[in-house]
Amino acid sequence: MGSLISQIATVTVMNIRSLPRRLWMSLAMVLASAVVVAILLAFLAMAKGFETTMSSAGSDRVAMLMREGAAAELNSVVTRDQVNLVEDLPGIASDKDGPVVSPELYVIVDGIKKSTGTEANIPLRGLDSRGMALRGNVQLTRGRSFTPGTNELIVGEGVLREFDGFDVGSEVRFGKNTWRVVGAFSTGGNVFESELWADAKVIQSHYNRGSSFQTIRVQLQKPGDLQPLQQGIDADPRLNLDVQTEKAYFTSQGKQLQYMAIFGRVISFIMALGALAGALNTMYTSVADRAREIATLRALGFSNFSAFCGTIAEALVLAIAGGLLGSAAAFLFFDGLNASTLGGSFTQVVFRFEMSPELFVQGAMLALVIGFVSGFFPAWRAARLPVIVAFRQTT
Amino acid sequence: MSEEVLFQLKGVSKSFVKGKEEISIFDDLDMTINRGEFLAIMGPSGSGKTTLLNMLGGVDQPTGGEIWFNGERIDRFKESQLTRWRAHNIGFIFQFYNLMPMLNAARNVELPLLLTNLSKAQRRANVETALTLVGLNDRAKHMPSEMSGGQQQRVAIARAIVSDPQLILCDEPTGDLDRKTADEILEMLQLLNQDHGKTIVMVTHDPAAASYAKKTVHLDKGKFVQREVAA
Repeated sequence: MGSLISQIATVTVMNIRSLPRRLWMSLAMVLASAVVVAILLAFLAMAKGFETTMSSAGSDRVAMLMREGAAAELNSVVTRDQVNLVEDLPGIASDKDGPVVSPELYVIVDGIKKSTGTEANIPLRGLDSRGMALRGNVQLTRGRSFTPGTNELIVGEGVLREFDGFDVGSEVRFGKNTWRVVGAFSTGGNVFESELWADAKVIQSHYNRGSSFQTIRVQLQKPGDLQPLQQGIDADPRLNLDVQTEKAYFTSQGKQLQYMAIFGRVISFIMALGALAGALNTMYTSVADRAREIATLRALGFSNFSAFCGTIAEALVLAIAGGLLGSAAAFLFFDGLNASTLGGSFTQVVFRFEMSPELFVQGAMLALVIGFVSGFFPAWRAARLPVIVAFRQTT
Repeated sequence: MSEEVLFQLKGVSKSFVKGKEEISIFDDLDMTINRGEFLAIMGPSGSGKTTLLNMLGGVDQPTGGEIWFNGERIDRFKESQLTRWRAHNIGFIFQFYNLMPMLNAARNVELPLLLTNLSKAQRRANVETALTLVGLNDRAKHMPSEMSGGQQQRVAIARAIVSDPQLILCDEPTGDLDRKTADEILEMLQLLNQDHGKTIVMVTHDPAAASYAKKTVHLDKGKFVQREVAA
């Protein structure tokens, strides 16, 4: 066993040291696997960033009530009467001002994307100070909050990054109405930063919503405990509402865009096939280049298994080097990159690409697969090549 | 003193198929190599001498007949058995040295010892002994590219003897060397045969090289046509 390990180690070291003889072919294999890993990581980082943005927005201490059957805030309608009834339901936390309930509006306005110069949808949320207090992590980063009853709005940091014309102090026009941007806010990088916030009553007026809202957010007495609220809703036929935690809502919204990760994997798989073809060529060339050395070692008594392992090891080293290069490139170019895409409510969600150790592990696994598959068949040839044939080919 | 048989070929034949034609290299070849012999095999190109050497070294298999080594029939060995057998019994010396260009002289010589259970210190000692024997201990750290052809062949000889094999097989060992260097290498082989009792089989075109051997056989068209024993 010790002898076999010595053989494999020696053959591997020899193969690695002989790489300069095949410098360009080897570099091509490194680059091919680097590109594939970088592309996979870019897509996964995009999906991960989007998922994080969506899931971090939701809290399980907040319940969302929407019209029965509504899949998203945009599709829901809630009347003022229903809001009043909800305020009396059990299971809702209270503070000095009474039950913590935030009826909210959610309408779509246009903005111009900095990256493309094209129009895209931005959500304009109508809420009041209770809605902001309910979220807990709202921080004004610039300016001040809007004054109730006025055409003032505050802008999420994500909108500021991705869209033109929302600087604090500027005026923006949506339809017939002109709004003044008086402040900017952060919610820790989650989906709310992709929104504009203004007074709910002003939005009701400008968008002819009467006294209706679209959602009701309430703070639960016990995080995640929807049962008292659900029982109250079930007991009152006027409350044709669905209830779920805010966390569950955003998690389901985030899952609608899992196609990004799937698409990334499909693209990476197709590219990996191309990289494999190149890598196979590199490794077959390597075996041909080392034929005399392989034959000599086998004539000396080295096992064909050591020739096999040495070739596989060479392929793995090259592919892993490519994987590391691709990971580094993905980290440098994509980690923290701002982007926006269409969310579940047909509005732009601003998010950051997010690299994580799990993604790097996936990149490393892909590199290992490329290395193993591209090394396997040439290694098999190296191991099975009759010693005498190798001598004839090279002398 | 009776001579001890090391190798015996009985009715060995070797042929290969080219297209629809079967080409015979040997047919019904008999041969005996005694322990301690220094045998030169001569013959024109295509006479089958390298094929014969490859069969003696277990890197090629006969299509018929029997090959016995030390009382053991090796032509029936599987590939893995032959590999182990070569590691324990055979040292190879090639025309073009076949050193590993990325390893220094000492590491090249050490290669056959990696197939044994010797410790690192024991391996180092054996490598030093072998390099000293071929007069290259001071070149242990040199890479093959830093050495002359003669020095590289001496490293190859050190590699062939380092694990103390019973038989050394040489394929045109001086074919790539000038006369003076070739003579030095042949004297070294002679020394290994006479002073260290190594059995040596050498394939060569060169009558001057063959003159260093105790016995010479001439092969032509797969048959031994002449046998000479040195005076």
